[in-house]
Amino acid sequence: MEISANTQSIAYLISAVLFILALKSLTHPASARRGNYLGMIGMAIAILATLFGSEVQSYGFIVAGVAAGALIGSVVAARVEMTAMPQLVAALHSFVGMAAVLVAIGTYLNHDAAGTLNPVMMGELSAGIIIGAITFSGSVVAFAKLQGLVSGAPVKFKGQHMLNAAIGVATVLLGIHFGMTESMTSLVLMTLLAFILGFTLIIPIGGADMPVIISMLNSYSGWAAAATGFTLGNLLLIIVGALVGFSGAILSYIMCRAMNRSIINVVFGGFGSESGGEASAAGQAAQKGVKSASVEDAIYWMEDAGKVIIVPGYGMAVAQAQHALKEMMELLEERNVEVKFAIHPVAGRMPGHMNVLLAEADIPYDHVQEMEEINPEFPTSDVTLVVGANDVVNPAAKSDSSSPIYGMPILDAAKSRQVYFLKRSMSPGYSGVDNLLFYQDNTSLIFGDAKDTIEGMVSALKGGGH
Amino acid sequence: MPDTLVALYVFVLSCFIGYWVIWGVTPSLHTPLVALTNAISGIIIVGALLVTGLESVGTAAEIFGFIAVLLASINVFGGFLVTNRMLAMFKKKDK
Repeated sequence: MEISANTQSIAYLISAVLFILALKSLTHPASARRGNYLGMIGMAIAILATLFGSEVQSYGFIVAGVAAGALIGSVVAARVEMTAMPQLVAALHSFVGMAAVLVAIGTYLNHDAAGTLNPVMMGELSAGIIIGAITFSGSVVAFAKLQGLVSGAPVKFKGQHMLNAAIGVATVLLGIHFGMTESMTSLVLMTLLAFILGFTLIIPIGGADMPVIISMLNSYSGWAAAATGFTLGNLLLIIVGALVGFSGAILSYIMCRAMNRSIINVVFGGFGSESGGEASAAGQAAQKGVKSASVEDAIYWMEDAGKVIIVPGYGMAVAQAQHALKEMMELLEERNVEVKFAIHPVAGRMPGHMNVLLAEADIPYDHVQEMEEINPEFPTSDVTLVVGANDVVNPAAKSDSSSPIYGMPILDAAKSRQVYFLKRSMSPGYSGVDNLLFYQDNTSLIFGDAKDTIEGMVSALKGGGH
Repeated sequence: MPDTLVALYVFVLSCFIGYWVIWGVTPSLHTPLVALTNAISGIIIVGALLVTGLESVGTAAEIFGFIAVLLASINVFGGFLVTNRMLAMFKKKDK
């Protein structure tokens, strides 16, 4: 069976519409799953329309590739831990990048053999290869950092920006040379330099800036697909590439705004590099000691509270404390305590990371609220429990103009009647800034592993209390 | 209008659609959004199929194409399935 070019174009159009509807359905958790199915249908239509089109004539390699890819993809998707989602996403981004590079080179070889190369096409090819290669090696670095294969700390050296700029310029010049001369050598050199550039661009960025980097690489993978679409003259690839590219770009913007930093500052600024750092003046002035509390103290306040707000951060993910939190939430609700979760946009290692972990623990999504929504509620909450978060509740962001995090929107935990911090040690957050909230009169710190502490609270609550 | 210009029209208009659609996504679903866009960007598989399936394809291009098909398929299947798994966990209070 073979379908005409027109039929194929209509099929691509349907597929594009389905993808748009799929993304649109993520406006609400209730419609989201249906949207994902629409996306799957769209993808199936696109693949079938391509296979039955007149261009595809040999199927051996295709069947083998799809079968192996389907197997690997399905197994990984079924087995991956929810806490490893940032790594998985980084790995998948790298695949899109590499696929874009390979498709561009394959297209070059095919057209070179047929003698149908032209300058416009070679320009588009070069763009596809450069964006794809940067996406690939950048995502590999992000993956290695998230997986802990290399240190998450920023790697910096003198002249780094100059080096990146030099590689970038050289890459583009080689691309132009390739477009003008069809020189294979330039093509290969350009590709290699683009791979190196992806590496050197991401290596200086620290682990806690990963929400921005994941979003940015997400965006790049979209642009890589769009560039491939230009090369192949395939409108579906262009539409989808633009959708994905913009999605990632908007997420990057949202993440940056939540840290009150510009994307330039995140990519080139290098923030919170050395742990410790200099405590700000206000921080030093506040060195009047912190109070530490026991699990029992916290339970004493929580079990008779009207409202308890829990602020989870990356520390909750590391300690895998979400399931214990869910148990504690239920025990408190049995005592008619209202329990809510407050999520800062950059909590965790990727956008929305905390929401997924809480959903995994079966915590209903109507208990989980975003920063703007929950902030007015802190003054009426009896207890705020901060689980593995730090900078996102630091009042220095509002009061101390000398602080590096000044201006960053924060969760107003400080306004709560009692604040309990679950911490492993006194170390500051990733920004290296001392947290003024530690020294507030209504704040106490409970030292220990977050999961152990919450489990301690659970058993205390089960013990019947007072 | 030349094909490249048509492509540019489509590209620019799609950017606007992306802009408006994505701003509507609820922040609690940002991780599924990243996973779903990831799956959708597996659409690069169409390019990989076109390169690999060409009748007169050379061996080198065939091998590059094969790897591209493999990687893009991992993305398509892995991306959609993991998105589905995540979305299945988002529940309203039902007790």
